[in-house]
Amino acid sequence: MKPEVMRDLLIEDICLRMKDNKKIFFLSADFGSPALDQLRADFPDRFFNVGIAEQNLVSIAAGLGLEGFTVYAYAIAPFISMRAFEQIRISLALMGQTREVNVNMIGVGAGLSYDVTGPTHHCLEDIALMNLLPNISVISPSDATFMKDIVSYTLVNKKPSYIRLDGKALPRIYDQTAKPDFNDGFCQICKGEKICIVATGYMTHVALKTAEVLKNDGISVGVIDIYLVKSPDMDKLKASLNEYSIFVTMEEGFIRKGGLDALITSISSATPSPKPVYPLGFDDQYVFEVGDRKHLHALAGLGEDRIIEFIKSIN
Amino acid sequence: MEENSSNNTLLTPTLQEKCNWVRTETLKIHKIAPGIRVASALSCVEILVALYYGKILRFNPHNPSDEDRDRFIISKAHGSVSFYPILADLGYFPFDQLGKVGKVGSILGDIPDNSIPGYETINGSLGHGLGVACGIALGLKAKQSSRSVFVLLGDGELFEGSVWESIMFASQHNLDNLVLIIDNNRICMLDYCTKIINIEPIEEKFAAFGWKHFTADGHDIEELHSVLSAAKEQACSSPKVVIANTVKGKGVPKLEGDSLCHIRALKPEEIDALLREMQS
Repeated sequence: MKPEVMRDLLIEDICLRMKDNKKIFFLSADFGSPALDQLRADFPDRFFNVGIAEQNLVSIAAGLGLEGFTVYAYAIAPFISMRAFEQIRISLALMGQTREVNVNMIGVGAGLSYDVTGPTHHCLEDIALMNLLPNISVISPSDATFMKDIVSYTLVNKKPSYIRLDGKALPRIYDQTAKPDFNDGFCQICKGEKICIVATGYMTHVALKTAEVLKNDGISVGVIDIYLVKSPDMDKLKASLNEYSIFVTMEEGFIRKGGLDALITSISSATPSPKPVYPLGFDDQYVFEVGDRKHLHALAGLGEDRIIEFIKSIN
Repeated sequence: MEENSSNNTLLTPTLQEKCNWVRTETLKIHKIAPGIRVASALSCVEILVALYYGKILRFNPHNPSDEDRDRFIISKAHGSVSFYPILADLGYFPFDQLGKVGKVGSILGDIPDNSIPGYETINGSLGHGLGVACGIALGLKAKQSSRSVFVLLGDGELFEGSVWESIMFASQHNLDNLVLIIDNNRICMLDYCTKIINIEPIEEKFAAFGWKHFTADGHDIEELHSVLSAAKEQACSSPKVVIANTVKGKGVPKLEGDSLCHIRALKPEEIDALLREMQS
């Protein structure tokens, strides 16, 4: 199967649901996609381009949410998560605690999806920022398999969410028929012996590649893909992690700042004999150099060879 | 459900009496809660009274989320403690709550939020109310509801850039069910707005952005009531704004005209003297 762009499949499914569900609105901060052209044409009364105005995007979405509508608010990931952070805090996180506000932000361009576009478009902070806010789910899928299920989940969950999507076409990790379990919020894709790699989004692809190479070298590592970054079933996740003695987290985000690594560290440190957690991601620096994703990863010490070498060193 | 608007000048004495009462109650609250922004709360008293006692808004204290209500968003939340006595008087919560503002376990804090019956949204931070109101106005149109959305902003709040994103959106989408009221008390926290960033003339700015604008003396209850009624009723295809020219700290000579009145707190004995004067 050829690589797919997650946003197009997500929007196609939203468009399909909008035919029967008149309560769905789709708002964009002047951000498009091929699939959005159809939605715009089919639903001119329920599609609004608010302009390059992410703050207003979130506020208007919240107002519609208060009136009982389900809203998808679509923008570039770093801009919706950071430009509109206070709107998210006030009108979704705070208000979502006392009112039903079904606003689902779709941020496209997670991590280094916009590699050559440069550091303003790199999104290395969003998981940590959304982790900070109560009452907001963070959905971080690694491939296009779950798109329909994400829409179903948001329609039933009826709470604010932040859906962070990779901007690039990615191959599938999961079988076409796989169903995400939104109670679990994670999936152990392969089991290993001593080391478990915990990853999300694009880095789950890197983790699986790493596991494959290591397997050929006789090292069996587990890979856990976390797609509800903030709210996995903690008991089940702890039980899965308990089978391992060393954890490596992989995220296209800053490390040691409250992202995915914080979740695994908090689980490990709460046990009587904490196990080591090695966070792999971006250290306390932005990336200015121009290059594709592979190049930028290598600069940050996330090149394939470096990761393999590192995991062998801790095995 | 309270009945809808009528422009009835017979209401004026009653409304004036209510304004005096709300000022008195606001000062009583200030005595137990010195941290409230009393000057800001005093400038919008007539606006709140006209909306809630002047039959401009439809509302239902027995069911604050009644679908058939007009929506009222107070974006200048910190300056709306004067709304507390009105909500208690109308039955949104028991009257004795007014004696507990800011106390442990009270439902009423120094800055209101939407956990209080009668408050639609949360607005302790400025620049959020109008955008949410635009979404509500859009939603009401989608439901083919004939209800309106009223929003109260302070003039200093116009410094927030997000407000202008919403102003542009409202006129682009002809949100004629939206009435924005500017409590134009002319003073921010540290100075007169004109000395900080001069946004005058406000009316012309709204006109340039495609809004229908009205101006009223924000302390002349008869004029204000008449203008607010007209703004609600006037059929036009654009959002409407009422610039209510007010005085920050209205009714308290010590606060009126003091450029730092936003952060002034009155001493208990000063409040007692004012209350005696107002009751005599």
